[in-house]
Amino acid sequence: MGRSSKKVFNQHEGKSGKKAIKGPDHPASVGWTSPQRIRLVDSDKPFKLEAGGSIAPVDVEFETYGKLSKTKDNAILVVHALSGDAHVAGWDLEAESRGRHWRTGKPGWWDEMIGPGQPLDTTRYFIICANVLGSCYGTTGPSDINPENGKRYGLRFPLVTVGDWVKLQALLLDYLGIERLFAVIGGSLGGQQALEWALAFPERVENALVLASSARLSPQGLAFNAVARHAILHDPNFRGGDYYNGPLPVEGLTAARMLGHITYLSDEAMYRKFGRRLQGKSVPEFSFDIEFEVESYLAHQGRSFVERFDANSYLYITRAMDYYDAAERWGGGDLNIAASRLSSQVMIVSFSSDWLYLPKECKDLALSICRNGKPVTYVNVPSAYGHDAFLVETEALGGLIRNYLARRSGS
Amino acid sequence: MSDKKTKSKKTTPDRLTELLRLWASRYSQPLENLSADRLVNLIEDFLAEKRRAVPAKRRSGRRWDHEIIERIITQGSTVLDLGCGNGELLERLIRVKGVQGQGIEIDPEKVYDCVARGVSVFQTDLDEGLNGFPDSFFDFVILEETLQTVHHPVKVLSEMLRVGKRGLVSFPNFGCWRVRLELSLGGRMPVLESLPFPWYDTPNIHLCTLEDFITWARESRVNIIDGYVIDQGEVRPLKDSDNLFAEEALLVVENSH
Repeated sequence: MGRSSKKVFNQHEGKSGKKAIKGPDHPASVGWTSPQRIRLVDSDKPFKLEAGGSIAPVDVEFETYGKLSKTKDNAILVVHALSGDAHVAGWDLEAESRGRHWRTGKPGWWDEMIGPGQPLDTTRYFIICANVLGSCYGTTGPSDINPENGKRYGLRFPLVTVGDWVKLQALLLDYLGIERLFAVIGGSLGGQQALEWALAFPERVENALVLASSARLSPQGLAFNAVARHAILHDPNFRGGDYYNGPLPVEGLTAARMLGHITYLSDEAMYRKFGRRLQGKSVPEFSFDIEFEVESYLAHQGRSFVERFDANSYLYITRAMDYYDAAERWGGGDLNIAASRLSSQVMIVSFSSDWLYLPKECKDLALSICRNGKPVTYVNVPSAYGHDAFLVETEALGGLIRNYLARRSGS
Repeated sequence: MSDKKTKSKKTTPDRLTELLRLWASRYSQPLENLSADRLVNLIEDFLAEKRRAVPAKRRSGRRWDHEIIERIITQGSTVLDLGCGNGELLERLIRVKGVQGQGIEIDPEKVYDCVARGVSVFQTDLDEGLNGFPDSFFDFVILEETLQTVHHPVKVLSEMLRVGKRGLVSFPNFGCWRVRLELSLGGRMPVLESLPFPWYDTPNIHLCTLEDFITWARESRVNIIDGYVIDQGEVRPLKDSDNLFAEEALLVVENSH
C-alpha cells in the first residue's frame, strides 16, 4: 500500500486548479445529501457555557454519510473550520429549497476526502459532521430568534468557546448512540476542536487527527482576527449587530474575508496563482478600480462570502478561535501537563508554508505529547499553498489520512 | 571512469606487494595481525573486484544489523528509532517484539512510508536535538546508519544516551581495509557496499573509523557493552582487529555511571 501510493505524495501535484469535481452520480461521491436538524438542548434544560451564562434551546444541524456498524466502532467525526458547515461531502438536495444557492452546483467543502473508496471511506466508516454553535448554517447562532423576546439574538447571543462546541458535539454523539469515536478529524479551527476532543474526552476518542492547527493561535493570528472584527464592528451598517432588518454590514465582512484569504495563502502561492498580472488588461488604467489579479481574487472571495455568511457569526467564531488555548485549559499554562491527559493516538499534520498555524507551533504540540512518553505522529507536508493546503493538498493529505486510519482500524 | 580503472591492471602483483609492504611499514600496527599471504589474497580479490568496474550498490534486502537489533531488543520495551527511514525496522519490532515504538525521520517521503506502515513517526531534524523527550524514557534508542549523516554527531549521541537507557549505533567503518585501499592505493574516494555513494552525492558527512568511535566512547565515559560487525558478508561479534576488517559495525552503548 505504501509503495503504490508513492505518487500520491508528490508535493507538486496538489494543484488547486485541476481538482476534478465528482458529480452526485460519480462512484466515489456520497451522492445527494440532506441535512438533519435536531433539538439537542430543550428550553427547560439550558446548555451551560464556559464563558458564563447558558443558552436554550439549541438546535444542531448535522450530516452523516456511510453506515454505523453494529458495534458502533466505525464513527468518524469531522469538525469544520471558521466558515465551514456540516455539509462536508456530496450534493445538497435541499440547497435551493432552503435558500442556500451557494451550494448549488458545488459539492461539500471536503468532497475529495469523503466517499466510497476515498480516504474517509464511506463503505467502511460512518462520517458525522455538525455545524458549530454560533454559526449560521443550521445550528443555533446569533442570526436565530431569541425565544425570550422573539427577536434575533445579534450580539445578545452569549460568547461561545471551542470547549462548548465539543461538549455540544458530545451531546450529538449521545443522541446518535455513539460512545466512542474511531477518529475525530479537523483542520484549522477544526483541528483545535479535534485536539479539544482528545483532551476533554480522552476515553471517547481512539484517534485524533489535528491538521494545520496547534494548541493555540499565535499572536499574529490574534492580530489578523482583530483587524477582521474591527472591519465588521465599524461598518456603518453594523449597528450593534442588529442589522438583520436593514442593509447588512457587507463592506466590513468583505474586508474581513479578504484579509482571511490573505492569511490562508502564502507569498509563494500568491506568486504562483496571480503573480503581478493585471486583471483582464495588458496596461494599467491608473485608477483605484481592480487592476491586479490578486485584487480581483480577493474581491470575488469577499463578495461571495457575504452572500453566505453572517457577520455576527464571524465575530463569535473568530473569538472562540482567539480564546482557545489547550495549555491554559488543561495544564495551567503548561502544554506538557495538558498533553499528559491524552490517551488517544494523535497525528498532527502541518504544512510548510502555513503562516496562520505555523509548522513550528504544530510541532510544539507534537513535542508536548512526546514529552509525556506517548507515541505521536507529526508530519510537515511540503506545500506552497499556505494554510489553505489542508483543503488543497488533498492528495498528500488524503494518502496520510487513508494510511493512518487503515493501519489503526486493524486492516 | 571505467577507463581509469584499467590502470590497476598494469599493477603487477610484485609491484603491488612492494607497495603494500611500504604501506604496511607506515601503518604497521593494524596490519600486524595479518599474515602476508592473507593480505596479498585480500588485495588481489579486492582489485579483481574493482576491475569488474561494477558501481557499488548498497546490499539489497534486509539490512544486516536488523536481525541483531531484533535479538537485542527485549519484548515489550520502549524503543526510539532516530532516523527511522521508511519504518521497516520499527514496524517489525512492534509486530514481533511488541515494543512501544517511536520513529524520528526528516525526509517527508519516508515519513509518509512510516505512516503507511502504522509506525508513529515524528518529522524533525535530529540535529535540532531531542528536547521533546524525557530523560531515560526509552529502553533502547536506535541510531542505525545515521550517525555519519548528522551535523552534530556528538550532540546526537549524547541526546541518545540521555533519553535512552541503551543505544544501538551502527555505522560504516572508514577504517576497513577496503576503504583504506581505495583511498591509499586507488587514490579515490571509496565507493563500496557500505559506502555506496559518490563523493558529490552522499549523505555521509561525518565518517569515522571504528577506532575513532571507540576512542570517543572511552573519552566520553560511554561503555561499549556489546558489538557486532559485518565482514565480507559474514555477521559476527566484534573482535579487536575489526578496525581493519569490519565493513560496518553495530555497537551497544550506555553511559557509565
